[in-house]
Amino acid sequence: MNLPFILFFVFALLAVAGAVMLILAREPIHSALALILVMISLAVIYLLLGAEFIAAVQIIVYAGAVMVLFVFVIMLLNMGLEERTDFSKLAKYAGMPLGFVLLLEIAHWMFHSQIGAAIANGPEPATAFSTVELSKQLFRPYLLPFEATSILILIAILGALVLARKEE
Amino acid sequence: MEFISQHPVLVVSIVKIAVLLFVVMTALAYLTWLERKVIAHIQARWGPYYVGAHGLLQPLADGLKFLFKEDVTPPVSDRLVYTLAPFLALSLALTAIALIPFGPPSVTVLGQPVLVVANINIGFLFLFAITSMGVYGVALAGWSSNSKYPLMGGLRSSAQMISYEVSLTISVVGVLLLAGTLNFNDLIAGQSGYYLHFIPRWHIFPQIIGFLCYLTAAIAETNRIPFDLPEAETELVAGFHTEYSSFKFAMFFMAEYANMITVSCLATILFLGGWLSPFPDSWKWQLFLPGVGLVALGIYCLVDTVTTMRGIARLQFAVVTLLCLGGGLLVLAPAAASLHGAAPWIATVNAGIQGVFWFTTKILAILFFYIWMRGTLPRFRYDQLMSFGWKLLLPVSLANLVVTSAVVLYFMMKGPG
Repeated sequence: MNLPFILFFVFALLAVAGAVMLILAREPIHSALALILVMISLAVIYLLLGAEFIAAVQIIVYAGAVMVLFVFVIMLLNMGLEERTDFSKLAKYAGMPLGFVLLLEIAHWMFHSQIGAAIANGPEPATAFSTVELSKQLFRPYLLPFEATSILILIAILGALVLARKEE
Repeated sequence: MEFISQHPVLVVSIVKIAVLLFVVMTALAYLTWLERKVIAHIQARWGPYYVGAHGLLQPLADGLKFLFKEDVTPPVSDRLVYTLAPFLALSLALTAIALIPFGPPSVTVLGQPVLVVANINIGFLFLFAITSMGVYGVALAGWSSNSKYPLMGGLRSSAQMISYEVSLTISVVGVLLLAGTLNFNDLIAGQSGYYLHFIPRWHIFPQIIGFLCYLTAAIAETNRIPFDLPEAETELVAGFHTEYSSFKFAMFFMAEYANMITVSCLATILFLGGWLSPFPDSWKWQLFLPGVGLVALGIYCLVDTVTTMRGIARLQFAVVTLLCLGGGLLVLAPAAASLHGAAPWIATVNAGIQGVFWFTTKILAILFFYIWMRGTLPRFRYDQLMSFGWKLLLPVSLANLVVTSAVVLYFMMKGPG
């Protein structure tokens, strides 16, 4: 039992607990806080895998920017308690068993695939994912997907602007 | 002893954290004293004067007062979030300071650098990650109080911090392009050397526009005058912390000052060469600067003690005088020893003193600038704030980024040299 191993379990449990709280909380702000907890726990797990850049970006983008906007909108609309509607019959009876089956499938896949083996072997040395190495990969072999994604985001921004604009 | 030699990282880290926490907490307390004094003198008043000589014990009295006040929680508030918000604000603000290197990494005890708690490769990104979370403290405090003015304050603050964080981040990318690293120690080490043998190679000179953008955005990020809309007294009572009392209010207060220190540290590291001295190494007399400065302060205090202080204040100020003179002599000793062929450890001590001295001096200069702004400028109107952030600050910092990239690219194409 070494420290990274213990930390992994602590933050994995936190992530799962946050995800459960996110669904169960009735107050929208509590749900948002639970989601922030999930994001941060994921960032710590990235850090344990040696991907420091991804971990920092995870916090800056998701916990620092996206979730701030969520909280901002919830505050702006001053949303009250979430209203509980009747569950659909299908979800009521088939939901839990199907979720359990999905969990089993993922566990099975994890144990038998290469990714599962990689996880079991523990994190790579931190140098493997250094920021310099990552940017070399991103700006050489993966330049086209990277630029395509940027253009996609630009289009999304323009779309938001057009939608938000008042009609003359 | 065996335990210490077996776990140097653990032992040194814990001692560093404890010392840093103590120093930062004291610095926060006395920053409030400094601010009140400076503002008072700008407005031709005396400021705190009666608790201790020159009001020097005022922060202590304030702290005690906050501890013993009744802690009121509004019955309609969201208890969990209401309690969480001040803790979130203060702990995030203090975490950020752990990343700041206060002196060169060559100063070591048991092989561990002592003047920084955590030197990590992505220090810069990590600091931004922490500060980008800082908005939660304010936003959640405003929301959970369940009251009009705090909600308005929290909303304003979120909008303001989101808007100015964009400019803040973009204004420092120019520096990162020049430096080519995200590690604070490498960033500072890259600024050593001189243009024309006397102008230090600090990033402030090529990146003066970036520096001005950073400074403006940083003031807005820390909710200070002229951008202190979230707690505009005339409009919102006290903004997001209207409903907070006792020590929870004090925690917001401390978080604000800790954030001020963090952004000043970051400005020093990125633009002003961190712990580097502005003078060339060959100028040996600069080793004496910290000691001479402290002794001069001590002599001033001595004169003041003898000529103006009366009664208990004279006794208190005599203690301050002794501290300054003693500290000054203590700092002068290794500098004097280095004149007679220094042992390696004396050189290390001198390097540490010099690093901390220059770093502190630069931070104090920026903090003084902050306080000066507060004493001078009126508050912006909210629409002015927004249009200033989006229509002036952002385009200027973007233009700075584009020009810097072009210049860096040009020199890269030309090849090294």
